[in-house]
Order: sequence, then C-alpha cells, then structure tokens
Amino acid sequence: MAVAKRTFDVVVVGAGGSGMRAALQLAQAGLKVAVLSKVFPTRSHTVAAQGGIAASLGNVGKDSWHWHMYDTVKGSDYLGDQDAIEFMCRAAPEVVYELEHFGMPFDRLESGKIYQRPFGGHMQDYGKTPVERACAAADRTGHALLHTLYQQNVKANTHFFIEWMALDLIRDEDGDVLGVTAMEIETGEVMLFQARATLLATGGAGRIFQSSTNAYINTGDGLGMAARAGIPLEDMEFFQFHPTGVYGAGVLITEGVRGEGGYLVNKDGERFMPKYAPNAKDLASRDVVSRAITMEINEGRGCGPHGDHVMLKLDHLGDDVIKQRLPGIREIALKFAHVDPAKAPIPVVPTAHYMMGGIPTNYHGQVVAPYRHGPEEVVHGLYAVGECACVSVHGANRLGCNSLLDLLVFGREAGRQIIEDLQSHPHPKLLPADSAERSLARLARLDSQTKGESVAKVGDAMRKTMQKHCGVFRFPELLAEGVEQIRQIAERAAHTEIQDKSRVFNTARIEALELDNLIEVAQATMVAATARTESRGAHARDDFPQRDDQNWLKHSLYFREERRLDYKPVRLKPLTVESFPLKPRVY
Amino acid sequence: MKFKIYRYNPDTDTAPYMRDYELDVEAGDKMLLDAILLLKEQDDSLSVRKSCREGVCGSDAMNINGRNGLACITPLSSLKEPVTLRPLPGLPVIRDLIVDMTQFFKQYHSIKPYLINNDPPPETERLQSPAQRAHLNGLYECILCGCCSTACPSFWWNPDKFVGPAGLLQAYRFLADTRDHATSERLDDLEDPYRLFRCHTIMNCVDVCPKELNPTEAIGNIKDMMVKRIV
Repeated sequence: MAVAKRTFDVVVVGAGGSGMRAALQLAQAGLKVAVLSKVFPTRSHTVAAQGGIAASLGNVGKDSWHWHMYDTVKGSDYLGDQDAIEFMCRAAPEVVYELEHFGMPFDRLESGKIYQRPFGGHMQDYGKTPVERACAAADRTGHALLHTLYQQNVKANTHFFIEWMALDLIRDEDGDVLGVTAMEIETGEVMLFQARATLLATGGAGRIFQSSTNAYINTGDGLGMAARAGIPLEDMEFFQFHPTGVYGAGVLITEGVRGEGGYLVNKDGERFMPKYAPNAKDLASRDVVSRAITMEINEGRGCGPHGDHVMLKLDHLGDDVIKQRLPGIREIALKFAHVDPAKAPIPVVPTAHYMMGGIPTNYHGQVVAPYRHGPEEVVHGLYAVGECACVSVHGANRLGCNSLLDLLVFGREAGRQIIEDLQSHPHPKLLPADSAERSLARLARLDSQTKGESVAKVGDAMRKTMQKHCGVFRFPELLAEGVEQIRQIAERAAHTEIQDKSRVFNTARIEALELDNLIEVAQATMVAATARTESRGAHARDDFPQRDDQNWLKHSLYFREERRLDYKPVRLKPLTVESFPLKPRVY
Repeated sequence: MKFKIYRYNPDTDTAPYMRDYELDVEAGDKMLLDAILLLKEQDDSLSVRKSCREGVCGSDAMNINGRNGLACITPLSSLKEPVTLRPLPGLPVIRDLIVDMTQFFKQYHSIKPYLINNDPPPETERLQSPAQRAHLNGLYECILCGCCSTACPSFWWNPDKFVGPAGLLQAYRFLADTRDHATSERLDDLEDPYRLFRCHTIMNCVDVCPKELNPTEAIGNIKDMMVKRIV
C-alpha cells in the first residue's frame, strides 16, 4: 500500500507545554515545523496543572537557584542528574520571565511582581524552612501556561496537525530517526512525516493505573513508539503518587492548598504530618506525604466507613483566600467531592500522578542510549522533552512545580539544540522502503482481528494489576506476580478486537492503539520495580526499606526486546558548582 | 437509565438518527461522561472526544437534554430521562457527538489572541498591580469548549462573520490587559456591523458557560471602550 509522505525540517509529536515551547522556538527560527497532536493543543494535559512553576525569583522571601538545586537533588533522592538539575534551576527565572512577557496572566503581589507561594520540598537555605518559590496563576497555572504558549504559537504561525495520532518512529539501518508515521483521526488516513529532527513531547502515562489524576489522553504514546523502535526507557520504576487526589474520582487537588496553609488530618482529626516530617510537615515532598497517608490508613486511622482515605482541611483559610487563590479547587471539591472547602474538609487519597522515568535524554533534549561506545550515545534525529523524557531532573521523586519548569526549560533548550544540529545536517536521509510497515501492520491486525477481547476489558485488567501490584508501597510477592500478570495481559493486548472498523473518527481504533503504548509502559514499570531491591524516592519496597547507594545509585534502562534491564551511572557532577553529597533524606 | 443519543457515521450511515440505549447504572457520584464511556464498552462505535475529565480541557462539550455543557462535570443524577445527547448545535458534525470546530477556532484566531507589546522586554517581569490583574479574572479562564458560541443564535446565522461570544471574551481579555499595547488596533478590527455588533444580548452564552464566565458582559465592556474612544 502506498502511503503519502510529507517532509518537514522538524516534526514535534505532542502539543502540551514542552512541545509548544519547543515549537515556538523552532517556528521563530523560520524552520518548517509540523506539530502533531491527537487533541486540540489546549486540551493537552498541561492544562490540568494547578499549583505553579518553580523559580527562585525571590519575590516574597529570599531565594537562590542553588537552594532550588539542592532541594531538587534532595527531592530526587539523589537519583537526579546534577548537571541537568543545575541547568534547569539556573534557567528557571529566565524562562518564567519570558513566559510573563508572552502574556501569562500570573497573579501579582502588591509590588506588581509575580505572586509566589510555598510548595512541597521547596526550602530556603538548603532545606531549612519553606520558601515561596511557586509562581502561580491562581490554581490554574497549567491552564494559563498552555493557553499562553498556544497563543504565541498562533502568533508565530506554527503549523499544527490537529487530531493526528503519531503511530511509530521511522528508524533506518544506522539507527537514525527519520520521522514518524501518523494517522489523521478524522479520516483514518496514514501518512509518513519525514523530518531531520523528531521531537517527542507526548507527556505521561498515568493511565496505566486505575486511580490516576491523569487525563484519558495520557497513554504514553511516545514511550510506546520509542520502545517499539528499540530505544530503552529509563527509571520507569519511579512513579509519583500525588498525596491529594479526590477520593473516588481521582481528580487532582493541588499541593498549593497546603502551600496556602491547608493540612491533612486523620479520622481522629489529628494533623499527622508533623509525626513524619517534623520540619516541613505538610510541605514535605510528595513521596513522603503519600507514604505517611498510606501508613495512617494501614494503621486504622483512615476516614470514612472503609477507613480508606484522609481529609484535607482548608476551611480555616477563609472564603476569601479560597475564592481568590484556590478557585479551581473550590470548583473541583464542590463538583467531585460534594463539599464546600470553606466549610468542610476534602476527602483525599494518594493517586497516580507523574512518571519520573521516560525516554533517556541529555539536558539538551537529545535522546541518548547505549550503543557502541558507551551508555549515553546520541540517537541521531531523535529528541524528547517533558514528562515523556527522563533527563533526569526528577530522579526518584519530582518536586511539585518542577514539571512546568521542566517543560519550559527543556522545551526551549531542545528547540535550540535542534536548530544547531540541523545546521550540520542540511539534507534529509532517504527513508527506508518499509518505513510505514510496522504501523500498517498494527492497523491491519486491528482490521482483521476476530475472537479477541475488547480493549476496555484488557485495559481494565492492566490498570487493576498495576494498581494492586505496583502502588505506593511495593511487596515482593505482589511484584513477582505482577510481572507475570502484566506479561500475560500484554499477550492479550496484542489480540484485542474492535467492533467498529470504519474510517471516520474511529475512537475505538485510537483506544486500541493507545493500549499498545500503555502496555509497554506498564511492562517497563513492573519489571524495573521488581528488579530494584531498595527504597528510593517514590519506589518504596516493603522488603528493602532503606536506600542502598552502594548497589543502586544508578539509572535503570528497560529494553522491550526480551524485557531486559541495563543500568547506567547517575551524573553526580554538576556543570559549574560542587556536587551535593549523598545524605539521608529527612524533611 | 435511559439515553437517546445522536448517531451519525458518514462511513456507514446515509442519515443521522437517534439511538436508544439503556444502562444498568446507579447515578451515584457518576458524571455523564462516565455513563457515556460505559455505553461505549457495550458499543465501541459510539464516538465522543474526551481528555481531562475534570472540566478544564473543553473536549467533551455537547448538547445535553437541550442545553450545551461538558459531559465530564454534569452529574448523572441531575439529568432527566431519557438523557438526550446531541452534538453542539450549528457546527458541521464529523461523527456522532463530534463536531468540526474549524469555524469556531477561525473566529478565535481572528481576534489575535496573543499579547501584543512591542516594547523591548525588561530584564524581569512587566509589573502589574493586583487590581490591574484582577481585570483578567473571568476572562482568561475560558477553556474554548465552544458551548457558548454554539448556543448563540447570532453565531448560528453568521458563523463566518460574527466572532461569537468565545472569541469576543478573549478579545476583551487582551483589551483588559494593561500589558497589551494594541487597544486601538483591536477595537478597529471589531468596529464592524458583524464581528462585534451581531451580539443582541440574548445571553445564552452566559447561561450555558460551564466555567460560569460572562461573555455578554465582556462584549458590553468592548462596546463601552468603543464609545469612550469617540468622546
């Protein structure tokens, strides 16, 4: 079957915060860029980010990028690469000011400067006291950011391909990436997008879990594409559970609530966080708070008839603060928890939220993988940014507000790097004759499959297994069973059947293709979690409760082929400053 | 629960039709979107857009029992049976509950929805007082779901010429921003019998906005600005 082809300088897959920040850089440089997005850009999941963007502007309390760097290294449980972390924290004020110049409607202080609030794990003076570092637009920072970046891309005349789903990477014999295959959802047509640079910005994969703060679209598409093309996935065992998802619905309640003075209580009305984090209390980092909640619940101090959640109390903040600083939370609490947070606490529970792992990159956004000469060789033509990438700035646990920062810093940097790299690669390489084969085979399989299970059923099995076997605390027997179960579910996923075989806007087909990607992420997460016999950051093993720097101060690399694991060292040397030495992590 | 859902697949159907569904479900805390997805488990050809499922992305706007809204934040318990679902009115239907929003976004793009300020940017942020910033409240929160414009009779009649409530709300968002320097250019662009003045304050937009925003008020403010610059 002949497949149409279009040729661009760059193809960006994904139009969330990182994809659009990069696209803006590239469009402004006059490159021919295609931005593919399976949803209209402002429907991307960045829109749901609430609390803020971390940057040491010091608009409220004294702050420095070096303190921010310390907090991020410590928050990562020392698994973050210190060169990348230095790069990000140094660049933070600049990218935030830039965003303000783009028109971002930040809240303001009396001085007219950007409003900043405290956030979990962000401290003054190397971990001493919480500092106001989160630059916020009420509790709709992600919405404001995503719309602002979309607006700037409208101005820059960026060429969007809206409701196009990327299917697979095109890679030649040398291992170079030459573009992607993609399907126009409205027509079902498949096309080759040839490009000298391909940037994956496809976001997270929180939908591998049953209870998730993530949008339905967060199906790890870039990770599935990378894994199928033989590229490893890094540190997939580290999945963040946000302490405060609405009980039942899973919808996110920002840490900004606690930044503004809210706190968690158990069924006895006891404020329990000081027991676990005497200094930072409710503003300890997320892995710490999620474990504390889980322990309260496990020890019988959970709330409700099943004792399976805790309460987030903010009524003491008063109606005015809630309406001014947390209007979105008020709306969510009213709609999804049926409580007015000015009067009653919100029932919350740790909920799958953010994937620290992803496609391995250096801090320029270039994808790196083991090849002939070492563990971090550049994969020519391929870049990744945002949640789908593992730079790694978040290590074993991400700090709140560092994700929006990650999008801006590395979106911009990947854009810059691509512009530079393309100067030495002025011509596209020839596409292999079989460029579309893998994608066409996947689609043909769906068209001809009979007697398979439904996508909903197999997906449900995957989500339940991940939830039970790979949660906040991880147990050896559950992990071992989980690996086997997910392997079997992957088999079933390869034989799903859809009833709807029509071409036009076939969402059944899209969901089947998404499951192909989710299952890769689920397998990587399960396998890597089982292998890592220590507790670090978000990865908490019941049988190995301590961090083990002797054996495990290293990044994991999962290869789809044979479901093999490899490891590479953590970059402990920053760019210009001294390393932060390893210390026990106390908040 | 009983549902009546608009179905049309140009691939297989000669004309649109309403299909009846029954779902064995307790409304409980469920939202309409949850019910639609349960129906989709029975019939995977039922098509709808979805993303955030918490009312911030604007994907799942549709006409619910005669009124535009977002399925993900419409409690199932609030709906009379049979729950009748149709695509947003006035836009071409691609399939089932999915409409072609090209015209809607074309109007949004036409108002230059981005900050215009050609002064060299300062080293740090441009300053704005909390009071100045407060003018953007009720404007910047728009999620571009299209509920308002597709509930507006003026937009139904002239989708190519009338900007519509969503676009005009955003036009005012930039007019109200002290950092924006294109006020007269923006007003000139709207000084037109259709682009702005087709609004007849019917206020359907205010009635249906799932974010409780007020496009009619914004349109009134734009008209005030036009009057003020004449006198």
